[in-house]
This record gives sequence, C-alpha cells and structure tokens, in this order.
Amino acid sequence: MTATNESTPRPPGVPMSQWPSTYEYVLPTGPPGAVTLTIDGREVQAKTGDLLIKVAQDHGRYIPRFCYHERMKPVGMCRMCLVEVEGMRGLQISCATVVADGMVVHTQSDAALQAQDGVLELLLINHPLDCPVCDRGGECPLQDTTLAFGPGESRFVEEKRHWEKPIPISDLVLLDRERCIQCGRCTRFADEIAGDALISFGGRGYTTEVITSPEDPFSSYFSGNTVQICPVGALTATPYRFRARPWDLSAVETSCTTCAVHCRGALESSSNRLVRLLGVDSEPVNHGWLCDKGRFGYEVVHSGERVRHPMVRRDGELVECSWPEALDAAAAGLRDAIDAGGPESVALLGGARGTNEDAYAWARFVKGVLGSDNVDAQLGDGIPAEVALGLAEATIPDLDAAAAIVVVGIDLKEELPVLFLRVKRAAEELGVPLIELASRDHGLSRYAHSSIRAVPGEQAGAARRLVAALSGGTVEDAEMAHVAELVEGRDGHVVVVLGRGDLAESPAATVQAAAELAQLSRARFLMALRRGNVRGALDLGLTPGFLPGRVSLEAGRAGFEQAWETVPKARGLDAIGILDAAKRGQVRALMLLGTDPCDDCPDHGLARDALGAVGFTIAIDAFITDSTKRADVFLPAAMWGEKLGSVSNVEGRVQRVGRKISPDGTPMPDWRIAAELALRLGADFDLELIDEVQDEIARVAPAFAGVDAALLRRARDGVVLPLASHRDELVLGPVRIPLTSASWAPIQPGAADEETHAPAQATGVVDSTGTGAAAVIEPGLSQTALPPDDPELERVQEVAASPVQPELYRWAAKVTDAAVPGRDAYALRLVTGRTLYDGGIAVAASESLAQLVPEPILLVHPHDRDRIGVADGESVRVTSSRGSVTLAVRADAAIMAGTAYLPFNLGHDGVGDLVDSAAAVTDLRVESLS
Amino acid sequence: MAVTETRIVTKRLREHPEDSWTIDRYLATGGYEQLRRALTLPPAHIQDEQVKASGLRGRGGAGFGTGQKWSFLPKGIYPRYLAVNGDEGEPSTFKDHMLIERDPHQIVEGVVISAFAIEAHHAFIYVRGEFALGIERLEQAVADAYAKGFIGKNILGSGFDLEVIVHRGAGAYIAGDETGLLSSLEGERAMPRIKPPFPAVQGLYAQPTVVNNVETLSTVPHILRMGGEEYAKLGVGRSTGTRIFSVSGHVERPGNYEVELGMTFRQLIDELAGGVRGGKKMKFFIPGGASAPWLMPEHLDAPLDMDYVGSELKTMLGSGAIMVFDEDVNPALVAWRLLKFFAHESCGKCTPCREGSMWLERVLFRIAHGLGRPQDLDLMLSFGSTIVPGLNAPFAQTTICAMGPSTMSAVVSLDRFFREEILEMCTAGASEARRSIPVASA
Repeated sequence: MTATNESTPRPPGVPMSQWPSTYEYVLPTGPPGAVTLTIDGREVQAKTGDLLIKVAQDHGRYIPRFCYHERMKPVGMCRMCLVEVEGMRGLQISCATVVADGMVVHTQSDAALQAQDGVLELLLINHPLDCPVCDRGGECPLQDTTLAFGPGESRFVEEKRHWEKPIPISDLVLLDRERCIQCGRCTRFADEIAGDALISFGGRGYTTEVITSPEDPFSSYFSGNTVQICPVGALTATPYRFRARPWDLSAVETSCTTCAVHCRGALESSSNRLVRLLGVDSEPVNHGWLCDKGRFGYEVVHSGERVRHPMVRRDGELVECSWPEALDAAAAGLRDAIDAGGPESVALLGGARGTNEDAYAWARFVKGVLGSDNVDAQLGDGIPAEVALGLAEATIPDLDAAAAIVVVGIDLKEELPVLFLRVKRAAEELGVPLIELASRDHGLSRYAHSSIRAVPGEQAGAARRLVAALSGGTVEDAEMAHVAELVEGRDGHVVVVLGRGDLAESPAATVQAAAELAQLSRARFLMALRRGNVRGALDLGLTPGFLPGRVSLEAGRAGFEQAWETVPKARGLDAIGILDAAKRGQVRALMLLGTDPCDDCPDHGLARDALGAVGFTIAIDAFITDSTKRADVFLPAAMWGEKLGSVSNVEGRVQRVGRKISPDGTPMPDWRIAAELALRLGADFDLELIDEVQDEIARVAPAFAGVDAALLRRARDGVVLPLASHRDELVLGPVRIPLTSASWAPIQPGAADEETHAPAQATGVVDSTGTGAAAVIEPGLSQTALPPDDPELERVQEVAASPVQPELYRWAAKVTDAAVPGRDAYALRLVTGRTLYDGGIAVAASESLAQLVPEPILLVHPHDRDRIGVADGESVRVTSSRGSVTLAVRADAAIMAGTAYLPFNLGHDGVGDLVDSAAAVTDLRVESLS
Repeated sequence: MAVTETRIVTKRLREHPEDSWTIDRYLATGGYEQLRRALTLPPAHIQDEQVKASGLRGRGGAGFGTGQKWSFLPKGIYPRYLAVNGDEGEPSTFKDHMLIERDPHQIVEGVVISAFAIEAHHAFIYVRGEFALGIERLEQAVADAYAKGFIGKNILGSGFDLEVIVHRGAGAYIAGDETGLLSSLEGERAMPRIKPPFPAVQGLYAQPTVVNNVETLSTVPHILRMGGEEYAKLGVGRSTGTRIFSVSGHVERPGNYEVELGMTFRQLIDELAGGVRGGKKMKFFIPGGASAPWLMPEHLDAPLDMDYVGSELKTMLGSGAIMVFDEDVNPALVAWRLLKFFAHESCGKCTPCREGSMWLERVLFRIAHGLGRPQDLDLMLSFGSTIVPGLNAPFAQTTICAMGPSTMSAVVSLDRFFREEILEMCTAGASEARRSIPVASA
C-alpha cells in the first residue's frame, strides 16, 4: 500500500552490482549489514527490511516458492515457503517475513519440510499432471519443486477439478485453468506492474479461476510477461505453444531492438528457428519485463515475405542475382551519380534498424568514402540530432531517484512500453512526482501527478511556465503552483523524457520546448526516440553535421581525416531536405538502409514524389515495401537474431545483441554490405569480424573511447557513454555466463555473447544428484562482480580517467520566441502519435502481431463531434492543406477541444496524406459526409 | 436455584419485543445516556479505565481483549477507522442477527462511544447481506441517530465528529475474517490479507483500523453504565461479563440465551434450552460454532469459560453457538455437511484451505455415504496436518486466516470421539459400493 519515498542516491564508488542489489518494495530499508540472523545454523548479514526468502537465497539456501516474485509485492498465497522461526508461533511464510536481528531460522526442520511437502501435495491434487503435453514440461517450477521438495506420489483418489482447456484470454495468451495453481502472479503483474487489471480471480474455493471480463479481453501490451512468470503451464502464448520442448532449446542473451529501450532478453531457438524471447532481469533497463511487440516480434525474422537473395532491376523487374552482380551494380550506380553530380548528389536514408556496427560502417561508407553528408537515420519523425545528442543525459535508473520526471509529448505506453513501466513505477511506487506535458491524455496520464495540456504549436510556452515552476520562479496558475509544490524539497535531477508527441507538428516545436527545459540547470534528458537503434545510428554519425562518436563535422574533422579516406566538406541535408532535393531531381542516387520513407516519413506525399524522382536507388532491406519496391538494386540484409553486434538505447547505453540463428538464403549484415561496396569503390575498410568493427569504433569515435569488443563482451549491463562519466555503472562479468531458462524467476543478466549457448536448464531448484534434496542456488549478481585483480579493470580505469578528445557535441540551447501559429475557429488541429502495433513491416510480417493493429479512427472531443454533427462511428471527410481522406470518427474526452487525434502509420491512407512537412502544424477541416 | 439468564445487552429486546428497535423506545430506556457521558470523558479513560478494566473480550470468535486491541493503534497516525463486524456467517450463530434486527441503536451507541475512544471519525458497519430486515432497521437507526445529533458533526456539542456507514455484505463467509472484511469494504474480493501488518497498524485503506464484533460494541454502553470494574465482576476468570449463546440443534427450546460466563454447558443446554429434544440422549455437541472442535456429553459440566474450554477441552467458545446432536445422528454426515460449507466458502486465496477443504469434503462424502476406505480417516489427518501442523489445540495454522484450521475441527473431532464408529463405517459391508468409487488418475 505505501510506497517508500526514500530514494537514496548511490554512494560514489558503489557499483550497480551492489546498488540496488535487491529490489525494495514497501518495506523500509536500512544500511547493508544492519541485521545479523542465523539461517540453518549459518550466521548471515542482511539489510533491515529485507525479506527472509531473499536473504536465504542470497546466502545459498533456496526456499521453495510459487507466488513470490522479486519484482512484486509479497502476497503469501501459495504457502510454499513456510519455514520455522524460533520464538514465533507456528510456521512463517518466508516471502513476507522481514528479517530481524538475532532471528534464528530453520528452513529444513522436520516441521518446515513436512509443511513444504504437504503444501505441494495439496497443490498437486487438482493439477492435471499432463506434463507430457504441457509446454512448461521440462522447465516447470512445479515439476522441479515437486522433485526437490515434494511427495513421491499422490494419495488423492477423488475426481480432479475439470475446466474447459485451454481458453483464450487475449489474442496472444491462452489459459489452462486445470493447470493453474492460483498463485496470483499473473493477476498481480497485470494490476501492479502493467496497470492493466484485466485479469483477476473469479469464483472461490477450489473453483477459483483466473478470469477476464467478457467484454474486456486481457489485451495488455505486457500480457506475455504473465506467461513467462507463470510457475506452471497455465498460461501459454500462441506464438510459442507446441513449437518446441524446453530441452531442445538453446539460448543466447541479447537486447530487443523493437523499440529503443533495448530490454535484455534470452533469445531461444530450436532447429535454426527462433521460437521464444524471454525477458532477462536487467536492473538498469527492464527489470525482466518485455512488451508483447518485443516478445513476439521475432516472428518477422521467419516471415515468408523476406527477401533472401540480392536482386537487380532488369527490364523494369527486380530479379534475383548473385551478390557480386548486385554489389557491382550498386557500386556502378553510385559512381555514375558522383561522376555526374558530385558527392552531394548521393544520399542515404535510414540505418536506425541495424546495429551500431552497421551504422558505423555505413557512416564511414557514405561520409568517408563517397564524401556526402546527406545522411539521416530519422525520417523527419524524430528529434533533430543537435538536440538528441547535445543535451545533458539521464539514464533509466535516474528516473527512480529523480526530483521529478517530466514527460514531454510522447505516449510512452505506445512507443517505449517498458520505459512506461519504469516511469509508472517511479511515480506510483517510489513517489517521484510525474509531470506530463502533452496534447491529449495518454497511457501515463492516470499516473501523472500533474498533467499539462498544450495544443500543437503551444508546447514551448507551457514548457517555459513549467521551468519557472520547477525552478522556484513565478507561477502563473494553480496547476503550476501544484507542480512547484510537488518538487518542493526534493533534491536531484529533473529527468525530462523528451519525445515527439505529435508528428503532424514540425520538429521545431519540440526543439523549442527542449530549449526551454534545458534552461533548468538540474534537467537531465532522456531522448525518447522510438525506432530500434535510432540512438546508435545518431551516435555513429548517420545524421547530417555529425561524425561517429557524438562529434560535429568540424570538431571531428581532424581525427576522421586521419582514420578515413575523406570527410564531407560541409553539413549535408536532413531527411526532409534530402526528400525535397530528390523531388527536385537533385538526388541522383539514394540508399535506403532499412527504411521505408513512404511509410515512416510523416509527409507521405513528399516521400512518394521524392522516391519517384531519384535516378538510382539501392535498398538494403529484408522486405519489399512501398519504398524498396522502387529499388534498382536490392541487397538483402540479415536481421536481428541473425547477426552479432551492439546497439545503443534511449540512454545511449551500448549493449550487445546476440546471434542465434543463421539466415536462410544469403542475407548479409549491413556492415558487411557497406564494406563490400566500399571495396568496389576503392576503399578497403579491412573489417572482417564484428570485433574489428567494434574495436575501430572504440578507436576513432570519441564518445565510444574504450568501448571495444572485449569490454562490451563483459559489461553485464552494457556501457553508458562516455565511459569517463559512467564508470561506476559498469559491472563486468566473466566472459561466459550460462543462461538458464529459469524463466519464471527473474533471469539474471550476463553478457551477450555468441558463444554462450547453453541448453535450457531447469529452474535450478533440483540439485544435480537428482536425489530431491533441497538444492543450493548460487547467489545471482554477486558472482559476476569484477574481481579486483582483473586486468580489464585497469584498462577501464585508464580510459575513464582520460578526457574525451575531441569534446563531445553540446547543444547551445537558445530560447527563441517562435510565433504560435494562429488557429482558425472552424479547424481542428491534428495530433498524431504512434500506436504500439502499427502498419510497419515488423508488425505486418509477424503473424501473431499483425492481427492486433487497430483500425484508424479520428478521435475528437465530444463537443467537437457534436459541432461536426455526426454520431460516433460515422464517417467524416478530413481535409488538410495537403489532401483529403475519409475516416470514421469517435468522441473521446481524452482529446483536447480544438484538436483531433489520429494514430500515425496504421497501414492505411491517413495521417501521411494530411501532413505537410513544411508547415508548423496541420489544421484539419472535418465535415460530415451526410 | 433455577438457572436464569443475565440479560444486559438483550434486556431491552426481551422486555420490549414490540418496538425495541425504535429510537423512541431506545431513548425511553436510557438510550444514548452513556454516549452523552462518554463524550465528557477523556478517550483514554474510556479505553483504559472502562473497556480495558472490564476485561471485555471480542464476541466474534477469537476472544481477543477489546481494550488491548484498541491500544495497538499506533500513536499519532490519523485517520483511524472503526469497522464493525456484523457479517455473522458462522453456521449456527444467530446472536448478531438478533442484535442488529432488534436493538440497532444499542450498536450505534456502542459504535459512537468506541469511535470516540479510539479517535476515529469514520465507522463502517459491515452487515451480512442476508439480514434484510436487520439492515433496514440498522439504516433507520443510523438515520435517526443522525437526525438526533448522535452521529454527524459536533455530536451533542462535544466537538466530536463521526460518520457511520452501513455496508451490506455480498454473501461471503470469509468477509467475517477481519482482514477479509476490510478487503471487502475496500471493494475488493473478500480475501484475507497476510499479517503483519495487522489492521491496527494498516487496515482499511492502509490506515490504522479497529475491527470489533457487533455484540462486543453493543456491550460497550453497558460497561460505561456499570463501570468497567463492576462489569468485570461478572463472569469467571478472564472471561468476564455475559455472552449470548445461540443454542440450536436437537434441544427443546433452541434460541439465544444471554448468560453470565462461568455457567456450565449443562445448565445452558439442559435447563435454559430444555435439554435434548424428545427425551433422547445427546450424542455430541459443538460448543462454539461450526469451526470449533466438538465435545461429548461428559464435558457438559465444564464452565462456559473461554480459557478453560481452550486449554482443557481443546476447543473454543468461538462465536458462542452451541449445536446439540442427539443419539440418532451420524457424525460422519455432520462432518461432511460442515466441510461442504467450508469447501464452498473457502476464498481460494491460499493453498491449504482451498485444496484441503475440497479434499476433506470429498473424502467425508464417501465415508458418510458408505464408500469410505479404512485408511481414509488417517489420510485426512495426515494431509490435514498440512493445514493444522500437529493437529493439537490451540490449532496452529499454515493458512492466512483462521478458516484453514476450522476445516479440520470436525475431522479431528471424529478422530477423538468417533474413531471406532468411523472405521466400522468404512469397513462394514461397503465393499461392493467401494469398487464403484470414481478413482481419478492421480
């Protein structure tokens, strides 16, 4: 019920591995080592407020449990973790017993063992024991716990409870109520962690069942987590169901690159097919959770639509060819373009879906070989690189201890779902004031302590008032007075989560708001950009005016002239500039690096016109899309799960991605394609292995100094850049950490490495002798801490001690008074944002996710709907200066009066046909069709 | 000397059965005078010198000291709440039903005094949903009390404010558990919560809360009237005062009897309730509601003393409901019927009660219907000791609330007093039928 508001900053020198070493819930905690207790005759130290079950486990004594989960509040339902505590009457549940000084605990006494055995017997009487056909069989906590702690056979001769099995509770999750042991992990997750209390218990007694409301399926973006933490096979996910047996799986640790949070995951395959992604519990990143799009999005890798071999256009048709043929054709096209129009006549769009190594190789190819700076990884749908790279940065854990969190624009639940969970937790459980500034109510609004609304174009003014309130300046209204009150007496950083809340508005509005917020000296920014590795692409120079390693063209020129063949002479064009130039026929050759401008760019008309006017197009992609179908040369790229590398998330944290399968056909990693093309244009990158790319980045890209292959391989929680400022957050582990698929318990992170294949193991409860004796679990995190005499440490110290040269780019945030575009009383101002499931290829080509894409519907305030004179569900004609579309309309009080909300990019005609990238805002005329 | 009732809380409703629930009758019989007086006293005085000194123990079943319970409220944390447990669901108990229906003002007065004593400004009276007439009368009583200024702002000019909310239960036995009741009041499923934190520290809406039974609070005005020490002179040992016993089953005059504690079971059953019906012999009786282990005729001379019954007879006075069974009764059938109730009412939150009650019910069904196996009684005792480790009174428990051990009371009693009879039932002539027992693959 009560959340502890005490957020103690991490003392200097204490690495993340020790801070916070456990997740604190509601109980007050004291300094480490404040409590001494005896567990099974062994004296151990613990912190005040720690739970007995966790202390015992950290000291090698595993107490069996089902309902207890480290990331959730104890509930004491399953009664599996009963132990004897001297001086306390009866047996105690160790999951809810707080350790006390002098406590003497017996986890193996006759009474405790008898209770554990007995509770298991009771749990099993109604369990169907259909293990041979159960997906959980082989990695089932109930199986393992029974073997280790339970009775040999059942004495139950009555008829078992029967339910229809399984029943769908959402599009992705099935429920088998016969297998359910009513531990409440799923219902508590849905309620406490996800905030989607769409599943609950129904019935009572032995007919207690997990239920959904008939009208409301469990359509949570986080539903897959319940499958992962279910201690039996009661919850199964349709994408994995019956696809594999756990003992046939092998796993590699990786980062999910569906969005830019980069949750840690264990990617599992069987027979060279990806079959499952499990969340790995990384304290600084994802706490073990994944969103469903990330969890099930691996399906896209096996899509039948994928392009598996290179193609060139012959007689107007794209036809398969060999790699040398395709590469020769691509190189020839580029050479022709440069010969005809100079380096400025070639451009590259995209690169945000690959790895850092891909981004670096392409940056080097376009900037360092071709000499063009017309490169942009964003498609006019993000935040200009100056702002994204040039503001003081926050990390995700900074949210937990922030003086306040300010979320600007973005709907985190739709765009960066697991970051949404983190912000929600900070606001709800840790008591961090949450202030959100947006044009409508969205996923976080119900958790916000203050919601500030501004119509598109008027965000900067609201940001200015907010800064005044946050810095103790004059407050103009009650809402701002409330904000001032919220942060009063709270020290620490104000973490600003800055995103593009509205793609129908010019990015200049977000830039202005950022400039206002940057005036707050204690503001630290998290750049809430969504696309997979957009941050890595920007960090590695896939943006105009920058070179790899967060340095501007000018600052980095000297260094890169040494390292590369050439460096562009002047700042090039950004995506909108490139498309504009292309439209005018000024781009002779265009490279599309994993991007679909016709879909990604908010101004679809511009993108279509531009691509139609380009003379020569090279697509480096895995799919034929509206954009890549125009390619003259198609170079098939390897996808996530098929290639090694590293990626940078919203914090700029560099983490590795693992290779689990080899691709069907002949796709190549993007960086290899760049190197091959470079060779054909006379530049030898001399890069053969991914390690060599990483080492080169560490050598030449200033922000990446020291972050080489060896370090990345061992950094458990990745590396936050630059190393010099984030040395304390570095936790190094041994090179190889076997992954277990103890999926129901938090999976401890290791380091992603191609070689860390390990067969799926059981939950670790059963000891190797198989005698059923209570097993000993090794402590999780402490074993991976860096030994003091590790040579790596010395090298890291050295890098960390030396200043980054040249200096990293800083944005000189200048507050400007931009004119607020006037509003026509009859028009509605368009607000558009992304939905988690959109019309992009990653969703469309994933069997399980494609069905979840919502229908586009124009949302307006009820007053505006009445003014238009239509009923909910009726069609309206929506007209902007750019075009006109017909859509269904619905009233929603979450929308501000005077605005209209339409989700972006749902794979139909819509926003993209209305937005004019040259305009500051998009005003709509909405008319009834009747 | 003839055995008589000692009517304190039932005095008014016995003497004025025609209108004991009305405000007029209540005021005419000294009603709200103690409230008037209480409001002039320091709250601590009521708590210590009156309620604590009276030795009043909870009348809901657990028998915990009322004044002591109040004193557990942490100092200086407000708001505090008073929750009144009127969810009388224990089978065979019908005393609170009577008090709610026939003397609701007495409850209201007790609630206001108690709330004043513990410095609560909100009181919630949780009434079992089936008590339709009782709820109607209680709501009327609360409305009348508001109208007369006994509840509301600045009660009787004292400056003390109190809001009283009557909440109707939705039919779960487990809402009678104090934490289950709080969950239910909050709008959640009536599932008990793990303790600590105890309700006194984190109860309703995570605030310090006292949960007291209807009869307990009905007694409070009388304690003030008589004086705590005077009240404590009634009764025996630590079981002070009077209690209402609901006597039911095979007796001549079933009903509620308010008697001074210390009277014997025999006096209560044979003299007040008229003894076993139709001149038959008593086979056994249940002394404290369906949750209590049973007693035999040889225990009839034991005193109605909570401590004695607990320590010497290994059972409890519980909710004060005495069920009497005559010589014709099949104890296995009684046990099965009780377990059918518990299996139906288990909330399902924790494993031992959820699964154990169901298993016990299935086995007892077979035994009671001639399909028992000789090993079944020991089987129940064996897996039942997962619910009640040791099977020894006072019952320990592995469950969240006290309902877990309640499920084992009947089985333990069968073993204590009817083992031979049950074993015989399980072996004699049932072989044909036994073969037809549906045996699930287990």
